[in-house]
Amino acid sequence: MKLLRRLFPAIGSRLVIAVPYLWLLCLFLIPFVIVFKISLSQVTIAMPPYMPVFGLEDGVSGFLEKLRGLSLENYVWLFGDPLYINAYLSSLYIAAVSTLLTLLVGYPLAYGMARAPANLRPLLLMMVILPFWTSFLIRVYAWIGILKPEGLLNQFLFFLGVIDEPLIILNTTRAVYIGIVYSYLPFMVLPLYATLEKMDYSLIEAAEDLGCTRLSAFWKITFPLSLPGIVAGCMLVFIPAVGEFVIPDLLGGPRTLMIGKTLWSEFFSNRDWPVASAVAIVLLMILVLPIVYFQRTQARAREQA
Amino acid sequence: MKSLGSTRRTFAPWADPDAKPFIRFENVSKRFGDFAAVDNLSLDIYEREFFALLGASGCGKTTLLRMLGGFERPTSGRILLDGQNMLGIPPHRRPVNMMFQSYALFPHMTVEGNIAFGLKQEGMPKAEIAERVQRMLKLVKLESFAKRKPHQLSGGQRQRVALARSLAKRPKVLLLDEPLGALDKKLREETQFELVDLQYELGLTFMVVTHDQEEAMTMADRIAVMDKGQVEQVAPPQEIYEAPASRFVADFVGSINMFEGTLIREAGGPQLKDRSGLAFDIADSGDASPGETAWLAVRPEKVRISRERPEVQNAIDGEVWDIAYFGDMTVYNVRLDDGRVVKASTINSLRRLEDALTWHDRAWISFSADAGVVLTR
Repeated sequence: MKLLRRLFPAIGSRLVIAVPYLWLLCLFLIPFVIVFKISLSQVTIAMPPYMPVFGLEDGVSGFLEKLRGLSLENYVWLFGDPLYINAYLSSLYIAAVSTLLTLLVGYPLAYGMARAPANLRPLLLMMVILPFWTSFLIRVYAWIGILKPEGLLNQFLFFLGVIDEPLIILNTTRAVYIGIVYSYLPFMVLPLYATLEKMDYSLIEAAEDLGCTRLSAFWKITFPLSLPGIVAGCMLVFIPAVGEFVIPDLLGGPRTLMIGKTLWSEFFSNRDWPVASAVAIVLLMILVLPIVYFQRTQARAREQA
Repeated sequence: MKSLGSTRRTFAPWADPDAKPFIRFENVSKRFGDFAAVDNLSLDIYEREFFALLGASGCGKTTLLRMLGGFERPTSGRILLDGQNMLGIPPHRRPVNMMFQSYALFPHMTVEGNIAFGLKQEGMPKAEIAERVQRMLKLVKLESFAKRKPHQLSGGQRQRVALARSLAKRPKVLLLDEPLGALDKKLREETQFELVDLQYELGLTFMVVTHDQEEAMTMADRIAVMDKGQVEQVAPPQEIYEAPASRFVADFVGSINMFEGTLIREAGGPQLKDRSGLAFDIADSGDASPGETAWLAVRPEKVRISRERPEVQNAIDGEVWDIAYFGDMTVYNVRLDDGRVVKASTINSLRRLEDALTWHDRAWISFSADAGVVLTR
């Protein structure tokens, strides 16, 4: 018993650590390996619609035989067709622009919340989170009602006399920007609010005391000190926005090119699972860089605190 | 830094009727809603003065300082600095700098960057900035810490950086909000003298807010004792201590024995007759007129304690109720027969005292006629 304990000094603590790893293994790594395997297969008219399919009855020689059937052909195809490359680039572009817009809307919002009287802040925070109580899908549908040519927005602008013909927003990229900014705003506001709220206001006063105007004190003190929040917020918006499917599908119309939609049509319209899987794997590879960057800045921020 | 203790000058511009005040608060009030943080306060501060605002928390001393810094706007009244009305001038255009209680060092900048910050705002040439920063670092003895970030410094070092940063722009007035509050006792005592020397060497006007009376007494040329948004008394430390203007000041600064009574004029001189019939001889009845209620305030170190009745008029007997031994001195709490407690302190100039007083001993406390101050408010 003693020897056992010496060999495995902290079985209990190891077990605790094992839980998240097990979680990651079952819900991330294994599905990833399956998708990756499919991306190396060929499409076929069968159930499931790809081959080869590995089975336990293959035996070792059968397994090796089938392993030879896997190839990177789908990836070659992906990079040979400008459709996919354009979809990736377009997604990255739309996600980047939306992230910037979200930051521009979210920063003043978070700043105002952080500077609001302390007893008002929980209420403001609640109002930011409140939309989550309704289904995401329904909220995006609601935007169709607002943005369509005879929708609420146009009616309102007609009423004000600002326009004499309806603005065409729905089924354009602009509608996608609006949708993404609206849907992901809380993800931007919350980390920004968290960093701005804990900032010591006397730092601003000190900067003003040393000769800064309000504005230059903001750029020299508040802004650099809120960078961790900005990075966190931008990553939380950018990463899911790249692969966003619902918003471009419902609001962007057929002309908006985003990789999420491409993936969906490969999967469901073309029933080409291998190519769809390859699209997903490449998307993941593209996003790994910003994710790793995000994790590192978060870790650094924790270290400093 | 060499100690200037012995060369400290006699400096009393406030006693000179021709001297022009450098900072002038004229009927200044600051209200937050219904609460008057500063209430119709007037105060003159002179150039090169080390001025301390002393008071309990919430007495308005920090608000007063922040109004001079430009962070609060007076509800009414004027603040003049070197003859110029400061109303409406934002903090960044005032020739004053502030050392914040929390130090407010910029965490994303090095020590050097912090000190250079204000100079960069001025648009000072780079070489000159570097030279000034070096001088400031030398002044606060932090030359080898120039590249450190604030979180890599100790509390005392951070305090020095904050001081260097606020001095770098050579302000006309340096405002210090509890400058030593975050330091431990030993370091605080050292730093007190350093601050005084620094102020003298640089020839600046310092205005310091503190709740620590010892700190105010050791550092300041004059102290303003504040209570409820008003100044109770402005005077040099010794006067504050020996001639307090009110019961509040007497009680706030140091400890005190207070006897309430009525002033009477006897053949031998004025006396204070208290409610239990005791009559104390007093040398100077102050502002009090006969028949008026007044308080006789006597500091514990001016009260003598003995076993035998001494040959003075002002003597009462009681029982030793409590003894607080501080090493250098001992404070006896003597309980009079009517239940009042009088404090008497003695200097322990002998290592051993035969027949020392102990708990429950009968003892006489006494003081001379000129030991106390008569207060009317």
